[in-house]
Amino acid sequence: MVQMTYLEAINKGIEEEMTRDKKVVIFGEDVGGVKGGVFGATQGLAAKFGDERCFNTPLTEGEIAGIANGLGLIGYRAIGEFQFADYMLPAVNQILSETAKMRYRTKGDWTTPIVFRAPYGGGVRGGFYHSQSTEKVFFGQPGLRIVTPSNPYDAKGMIKAAIRSDDPVIFYEHKRLYRLLKADVPEEDYVVSIDKAQVVREGSDITVIGYGMVLQHALKAAEELAKDGIDAEVVDVRSIYPLDKETLVEAAKKTGKVLLITEDNKEGSIMSEIAAIISEEALFDLDAPIQRLAGPDVPSMGYALSLEREFLVNEEQVLEAMRELAEY
Amino acid sequence: MEKLKTTGLSKEELVQAYKDILMGRRLDERLWQLTRIGKTSFNISGQGAEVAQVAMAMAFEPEKDYFLPYYRDMTATLTWGMTPKDIIMGSFGKDADPSSHGRQMPNHYGSKEHNIVSHSSTVSTQIPLATGIAYGAILEKSDFVTLTTTGEGSSNQGEVHEAMNFAGVKNLPVIFGIENNEYAISVGTKEQYAAKKLSDRAIGYGFDGFTVDGNDFAATYLAFKKAVKKARDKKGPTLIEMMVSRLTSHSADDDHTIYRSKEELDSLKEKDPLLAFEKQLIDEGYMTKEEMLELDKDIKAQVNKATDDAEDMPDPTPESLYEQVYAE
Repeated sequence: MVQMTYLEAINKGIEEEMTRDKKVVIFGEDVGGVKGGVFGATQGLAAKFGDERCFNTPLTEGEIAGIANGLGLIGYRAIGEFQFADYMLPAVNQILSETAKMRYRTKGDWTTPIVFRAPYGGGVRGGFYHSQSTEKVFFGQPGLRIVTPSNPYDAKGMIKAAIRSDDPVIFYEHKRLYRLLKADVPEEDYVVSIDKAQVVREGSDITVIGYGMVLQHALKAAEELAKDGIDAEVVDVRSIYPLDKETLVEAAKKTGKVLLITEDNKEGSIMSEIAAIISEEALFDLDAPIQRLAGPDVPSMGYALSLEREFLVNEEQVLEAMRELAEY
Repeated sequence: MEKLKTTGLSKEELVQAYKDILMGRRLDERLWQLTRIGKTSFNISGQGAEVAQVAMAMAFEPEKDYFLPYYRDMTATLTWGMTPKDIIMGSFGKDADPSSHGRQMPNHYGSKEHNIVSHSSTVSTQIPLATGIAYGAILEKSDFVTLTTTGEGSSNQGEVHEAMNFAGVKNLPVIFGIENNEYAISVGTKEQYAAKKLSDRAIGYGFDGFTVDGNDFAATYLAFKKAVKKARDKKGPTLIEMMVSRLTSHSADDDHTIYRSKEELDSLKEKDPLLAFEKQLIDEGYMTKEEMLELDKDIKAQVNKATDDAEDMPDPTPESLYEQVYAE
């Protein structure tokens, strides 16, 4: 075990996979050379594996996706880095028309076992285009997997599993978590399933479901509420698409009271789908209406600190929403 | 026109080229017929581009090179190795159709066995994939060459430019073919681009571009032969624009009499490359008219047999709708 940040865990996971399999290659803007990405996620990889396996691309997101698709077709485990999840929008055509459909439209003759890394999320004064949760753009596209780890242990284990997956995976990394979280991470080889949600805190009174940064708020609030005898179950979605319906529905049934938290806008977020699934599968096990706590329905968070704070779901709101639900 | 002798191809090879060209024409005529009698729902043809396509494809080594075609490239895929039965199975939507096992519309060619990569209908998304595959040749230290094609209308898509730019930057062994038939469905070149020649665009990406008369077998073959050698020698990409004719409507759902004048439609016969190639083969002493008539009979018989054989193949089972969404 060694103490690692979420960002270091991702770097380490990629490095281990590149060592294990020479078919693993990584590229994107600023990814190669000595820079190693705007956040440093690929630092040291070009030096270790050479600048053919870890290389810079021109500033062309559609092409980053296209290179990955092409390499995937001939058996490479290509990792394309998008500098920010917001910047994936020029690549949507590649990802939806090619990546997501290649296996299905050729009945498995041609496949693209690739990974797209996408740093997302707010709270870093990034304004409109460095803060968004773009996962809903790719959600509901059978053929694609969308995942996001919420802690350093999962970050390393899930990036390794994503690279080994025979399906294309969009790997969302919460930017706020990059350096915020430090935890024990095994130095040896391990993988964490990329198709399972995880109960990160067992509880019997209410169920809180979320992913990314908001989970940290939920875990803190749960400890606070425990002092008042309220026992909260906290579930990390992890596999955003396809959703691990079984774990989510089980956790909802267990307490009968469900709070869904997301950093995204309230309407049209992933949580809307989770609410529908729980309604379909567990309506008569519920003791309260499903609650959603989310960002407001405005285009994005502003740059000004006051605007960013107003947009983001914060710890106090989470605590209050959890308490209200417990008392319902 | 240049003499066929300048190609350096043997008589047998030139006769084979003629067979492929004639097969492309007769097969396409059959596909139209099948739409008209309601046995299939769609066809989009390359009539008028057969000579260019065969000349292009003959410059490659299909057993090791990759081909990412577009929807008019049926005749090129025949030269590359697909069979008439393969093509007709695609039109009938049969389970054994190598292009997509009945999942995509007709004319979306692909065959894993022949290194022909599946393509989407959103035009030009295959171009970035070609650069990814071509980058694989660098990683593998292999001398395989990648060919990708598109029409002059779809060459205006952003992804084409992203891909060509990357190919220039990395000096990739890839050849971009543009089949310029002067129409994007009903919209002529004046409304599609202001450049004098599309091949001039290559200058902006730092590599060579040529425009050839696609009706001229020798000129087209030699242009591709040179480009393939250059790519195999690791000297970078080439853009080749082939000027061809579109003898038919855009597709089975289009009627070109609405937007092409009577004079233009009447003149199409003069632009038929099949007739020009036949005349050239006779004039230069490779074949006689009688041999051609004999061959035509044989090819029509082959098309009839392929049609019957393809029609007899099983349809995909309804249950197979659920297969190969994800790795199994």
